[in-house]
Amino acid sequence: MAKQQLYWEDVEVGTEVTPLPKVATTQMLVRWAGASGDFNPLHYEDTFAASQGVGKPIVHGLLKHAWLIQLVTRWMGEEGFLKKFSCQYRGLDYPRLMKSITEPQEGETWWCKGKVTSKYVDGDDHYVECEIWVENGKGEITTPGSATVLLPSRG
Amino acid sequence: MIPEELKQYIGKQYAPHVREVEKGAIRRYAEAIDDDNPIYCDEEYATKSSYGTIIAPPGFFGWAKKRADVAPKAIIEVWEATMKAGYGRLLDGGISYEFNLPVREGDTLVASMKVKDIYEREGKSGTKMIFPVFETTYINQNGDIVAKACHTMISR
Repeated sequence: MAKQQLYWEDVEVGTEVTPLPKVATTQMLVRWAGASGDFNPLHYEDTFAASQGVGKPIVHGLLKHAWLIQLVTRWMGEEGFLKKFSCQYRGLDYPRLMKSITEPQEGETWWCKGKVTSKYVDGDDHYVECEIWVENGKGEITTPGSATVLLPSRG
Repeated sequence: MIPEELKQYIGKQYAPHVREVEKGAIRRYAEAIDDDNPIYCDEEYATKSSYGTIIAPPGFFGWAKKRADVAPKAIIEVWEATMKAGYGRLLDGGISYEFNLPVREGDTLVASMKVKDIYEREGKSGTKMIFPVFETTYINQNGDIVAKACHTMISR
């Protein structure tokens, strides 16, 4: 799992954050609910979801936020540090249903993406700011956000 | 202008609770999103890393020691008040964090939530939408603030 560490000198404004694909399935939503403690039936019960005006059970906003956190932490490397993060749940996302115990049905793949919007130094600290987002299968941004990362410097 | 009966909640501080950060819970959280970074689950790897211990993915703050309600008391209370005041149902609108220190396996955190703000905006069709904002501060066993999280909810 040895990954090359990203250094502050390696990025420029406009540098792309390595994209991360995700497939939300009903099964992933169950695992997320158990792991995070969010048991809102909005995410697993058809009738309740319909009564809340979202049609069918939707992907947890916090699950998408966790995807985006992984997008950034994976890219920044172990010597990087995530200082600030934010995202907004603008679009509703719906999970793929399962075809078998392990396989999801055919459907959309979501992509977590980002790009560097600024880089600066503050004392000994080297910062990079990024715009990040989750795109659904149609390429629509459902979850925009931003992150500020401390990166190591080659000096 | 938000209704008077909601203004009283702005700034309200709720009782803190204790959270334990356990490595099994960290692993389960990382697995739930298919994040196979060994720093979250491989003890041998983590011990040799610059962290020295397994750490939690940023945004995971362990589990409350006492059995938790479905949602924090702050959110339930403000949710009920906004419904009573005639606003639409609340949905999760977004989150923001300031991270200061890593959260490590074995940490004990004290989490305290307050209502940071409640504001109102007009939606596209002229409907009034309410935005309650909840801020949680996490302090570890050394008395250090490890992170602050801000949840914004939106009525629809």
